[in-house]
Amino acid sequence: MATDKGVTIPKAKRFSRRRIREWTYGYLFILPWIVGVIIFFLYPAAESIRYSLSDVQLTNPMQVIFWGFKNYINVFVTDSDFPVAIVSFAIELVLKTPIIVAFALIISLMLNEKIKARALYRMLFFLPVIIATGPVMDELTSQGVASVPMVSQAAFMTAISGALPAFLADPISDLLSSLILVLWNSGVQILIFIAGLQKVPRAMYEAARIDGASGWESFWKITLPVIKPMILLNTIYTIVFLATGGQNEIITMIYDNMFYAIAGRGYGYAAAMAWVYTVIIGIALLIAFLLLREKSDRKVVYESRRIKIKGEWYSAK
Amino acid sequence: MRNKLDSVALEARKEHWKKILIGSNEKRGLLLSIFMYVLLTSIAFIFLYPVLYMLSTSLMPREDLLDSAAKWIPSSIYLKNYYDAILTMDYWNTLFKNFIIAFFPMLAQVLICSMVGYGLARFEIPGKVFWMILVLLTFLLPPQVTMIPNYVLYSKLKLTGTLWAFILPALLGMGFKSALFILIFYNFHRQVPHSLVEACEIDGASPMGAYFKIAVPLSIPAIVVVILFSFVWYWNETTLTQMYLGYASSSDGLTTLLLELQKFEDSYESVYNPWEASPNKLNDAIRMAGTMLSIAPLLIMYLVLQKRFVESVDKTGITGE
Repeated sequence: MATDKGVTIPKAKRFSRRRIREWTYGYLFILPWIVGVIIFFLYPAAESIRYSLSDVQLTNPMQVIFWGFKNYINVFVTDSDFPVAIVSFAIELVLKTPIIVAFALIISLMLNEKIKARALYRMLFFLPVIIATGPVMDELTSQGVASVPMVSQAAFMTAISGALPAFLADPISDLLSSLILVLWNSGVQILIFIAGLQKVPRAMYEAARIDGASGWESFWKITLPVIKPMILLNTIYTIVFLATGGQNEIITMIYDNMFYAIAGRGYGYAAAMAWVYTVIIGIALLIAFLLLREKSDRKVVYESRRIKIKGEWYSAK
Repeated sequence: MRNKLDSVALEARKEHWKKILIGSNEKRGLLLSIFMYVLLTSIAFIFLYPVLYMLSTSLMPREDLLDSAAKWIPSSIYLKNYYDAILTMDYWNTLFKNFIIAFFPMLAQVLICSMVGYGLARFEIPGKVFWMILVLLTFLLPPQVTMIPNYVLYSKLKLTGTLWAFILPALLGMGFKSALFILIFYNFHRQVPHSLVEACEIDGASPMGAYFKIAVPLSIPAIVVVILFSFVWYWNETTLTQMYLGYASSSDGLTTLLLELQKFEDSYESVYNPWEASPNKLNDAIRMAGTMLSIAPLLIMYLVLQKRFVESVDKTGITGE
């Protein structure tokens, strides 16, 4: 009976019983998360802004005394380590992100070919995702096994430090000495690329081949346009991953400053650091997005295809 | 005449070999194949070089570390390194605690993220766009920003140092990387045809019943993936774990293998109390044995379940269409 009623009521009616039921259940499902987002995200984020503008004293009970932008000024003026760390983090991002994404792309292109033991290779390249964590990487770095073996590094590094100014040479030699561990960050990206590559219809390559296109041309004309959105996705993933996980110096710095027992340091100061850091990450993400987003003409092509697919969906229904 | 035929045959043979070696448009040539296998294998070797080094060093007796002849293969398999590392890390005890720290929050996280993802995908609710943007925001905003007030909050609620510091946020959809899992479930449930769930509801099930009867069984691939990744990430998270467990990680307190690895040197000193230049001073082999031991459980899990891990991205549509 009730379902009969639901069908007869015209769809345009805004507050039908069915709709209200739908809303109620919908919100019931996401209710735990809404509570969580308020308690563990929105409230802490607001508190964090308040701390960053205050002098937080760890007396009992904790005192938060508003003092404006002093923490932010201190972060840049009195702290000699933090601005340096931010700059080196930015350089690190610029160096590492393209390397990781390009490496992931090359590996996944090879794994997408018809090769034997493909599952085995995929397993090997994904392995570091499981074991690459801060303490393990620290141990390996301290053993000096993080760099590519058999490359005569000493000579190479001397050449680099001779040819480039120190602020560029240092990060590059750092990068080389931990190249393997940098590449270890590429596991998930490889899988994302492979998943994308598999969606390119084989028929498309065949058609191109019949028209006389070489493999090289097919790559530029077919493969690359299709995986371009994946490149953006992977770049964003890589930036977020490098910024929040593993051996990140700035996170350690924020953490140390939280419990630093010097006047002017502490929670407020650490919160200001965290926000400055967030802005830097935000800028990095924005730049990546602007560089790699779809050009508008291409977007139209995709949109039209999607509508067509959707159209078929509805007609099938 | 005959000469001409010969030269034609030769040409054809040449062409044939060229096809096999260099390849044509239809088929990859042998040379390219060999090149690719060699390249892939050597990259894979370089990739795994640290792990292989770790394994071989961890088995070396003390003398081998100084002997450059035994750079790769230990002169004898020396298992006492592992024995020392097990004692230093209080291994079995720590392993058990680590399992608890990863397992229960993972359960909470899977349960809630699945429900939230389903709720967002299945129901047309007002303000959906707003909630989706908020999910993305919780993914993009680095946890360091909310880490400090969260720590204060947890201390006020007396959660620090207990398992609840991990379970409670997970139960409210705010565990480690919960946003990513919500998005995975959202994507997955969106691909499931509505008609299936609707049919179940017309048969008299409530939306809750339909969720458990239809949506959950259908989303098993996504559930498996989230279980695996959630477990691994809870297992591996160090900075936040250290913070929420507090400094008071005494012998009966909660701890993880990676936290024990971080303070390996101190623990070793306190267990063995070696005097300067004593033969049982901490060496690289013992350190590597400790590192090996702390990744071993996940490594074994990965080798058993690797297919699930690797297939995951295809199945769950992480790539986001």
